[in-house]
Amino acid sequence: MLEVRALKKEFQALSGQPVVAVEDFSFRVEAGQFVSIVGPSGCGKSTLLQCIAGLSPPTAGRVLLHGRAVTGPPEGLILLFQEYNKSLMAWRTVFKNVRFVLENPANMKRSEIDAETQRFIELAGLKGFESHYPWELSGGMQQRVAIARALARRPEVLLMDEPFGSLDALTRMELEDTLLRLWESLHATILFVTHDIEEAVYLSDRVCVLSGRPSRLLEEIAVKLERPRNQLSTREDPGFIQTRHRIFKLISKELAVP
Amino acid sequence: MSIAGQIPWKGLPVLAAGLGLWELSSRFFPLVGNYFPPATEVFVTLAAIVGSGEILLHAAASLARFVEGYALAATIAVSAGLCLGLWRPLYMLFEPLIELLRPMPSPATIPIAILFLGIGDEMKVAVTAYACSWPILLNTIDGVRSIDPVLMNTAATFRLNPWERFWKVTLPAASPQIVTGLRVSLAIALILVTTSEMIVSNDGLGFYVLDLQRSFRIREMYAAIVALAMIGYALNRLFVAVDDWVMAWHKGLTRKEEIP
Ligand SMILES: Nc1ncnc2c1ncn2[C@@H]1O[C@H](COP(=O)(O)OP(=O)(O)OP(=O)(O)O)[C@@H](O)[C@H]1O
Ligand SMILES: [Mg+2]
Repeated sequence: MLEVRALKKEFQALSGQPVVAVEDFSFRVEAGQFVSIVGPSGCGKSTLLQCIAGLSPPTAGRVLLHGRAVTGPPEGLILLFQEYNKSLMAWRTVFKNVRFVLENPANMKRSEIDAETQRFIELAGLKGFESHYPWELSGGMQQRVAIARALARRPEVLLMDEPFGSLDALTRMELEDTLLRLWESLHATILFVTHDIEEAVYLSDRVCVLSGRPSRLLEEIAVKLERPRNQLSTREDPGFIQTRHRIFKLISKELAVP
Repeated sequence: MSIAGQIPWKGLPVLAAGLGLWELSSRFFPLVGNYFPPATEVFVTLAAIVGSGEILLHAAASLARFVEGYALAATIAVSAGLCLGLWRPLYMLFEPLIELLRPMPSPATIPIAILFLGIGDEMKVAVTAYACSWPILLNTIDGVRSIDPVLMNTAATFRLNPWERFWKVTLPAASPQIVTGLRVSLAIALILVTTSEMIVSNDGLGFYVLDLQRSFRIREMYAAIVALAMIGYALNRLFVAVDDWVMAWHKGLTRKEEIP
């Protein structure tokens, strides 16, 4: 369903030096899959997502969604930005930040839009903060607003760029489970970038391990753990530990950590 | 937010001291008194020319020019600034022209305006509008161009159409800087109205002040100047009050916690 073929992205640094962020990257994601991408910082994960989201044209290679080449932001695909705080509208309240994404495909009644907005605000644990402005919230809460907003749109494909990066461990686990529930109920396809190996294994059907810059696909590791997953038993499962071990080995070789 | 709540009461002693110094030096040093009538007399005179209605006609004429010139500048410069900020090729086309015209002192346009528009209201309004346009235009352009790319990418991934993107993202995101431009222009508008009235006019506060000086009505002249200062202050207060109300979100965003 989502296919990336020999993608390459090169930037021109201000010094004139070319920076190859992504090199010859190919992979496929089937409908309904939950795929994670892990890789060292600065390897080109955000760049890859922006190319897939049609926000940044690749230097070479193609992105195909349902067999059609992606040349601009495709319908039904949402990118959740790593810089979540900059993606929120400072002049809109939390409620209106979420509501705004439901206003534009105007196929719902006002009351339905409001109810839907409220539902996703509560799912993200933001009840009581509807009339606050984003800058009145903590970093983690801002991140949850951005998550609520992306999910409220009920995208077919959701690209998430380190969405739980600034959350505490407990909130994080809670939102991981919320995300998994929604993923199942919405029949969404999720591509999830994270630097947390355990998180990647816990959530995914498959983990793509990227090399350092220029990032290539080192290995795709299938995660064969049964669903629904459980924060305690899944993480204690020997299969979980084995998979985590393998990914860790791969990445630390990239970082040259013994 | 009330207007009264914003008056800087803490600065009142300095203001009072200044007025006191004016009053006393003028009363006890004849040399000063020749040029500076005592503050109390100036305020009594102000009350008199307000009471007789003499100054009110001039103030009304000036305010009308101010409103027309300022509104014209705001409309044209905000629209032009948005277009130039949004389309880079357009900006490249106009950049040299803007850079050439901008540093020219605005009163230099008065002779040109007289040539084209005569010595009536149109000339004064045009000159005022021209001068006010620059800060508004440049701030609007900069406001649009400095919107964070992540915000524009967010609009793109949610597939806003150009219309929605403009009204729901570009305009509100650029608005704090547009307001800054509007605020700077407020003072400029008053300067240009007064200056143009001083050069050629038969009414307005600028004309009035100069006329009073020429006919040696020094008390009235000071009274009219004080009136000008008060009008400038009042206009700025009004602007701040509207700004605080419309841009409350931005005030909150940029507010610093005071360290006690
Ligand atoms: N606009 C740009 N101009 C020049 N170089 C860029 C640009 N954007 C990204 N890069 C370079 O591309 C590389 C990959 O950046 P990217 O943001 O995709 O990394 P990342 O894997 O998301 O890192 P992190 O995990 O820290 O978020 C970096 O080395 C960066 O310097
Ligand atoms: Mg990144």
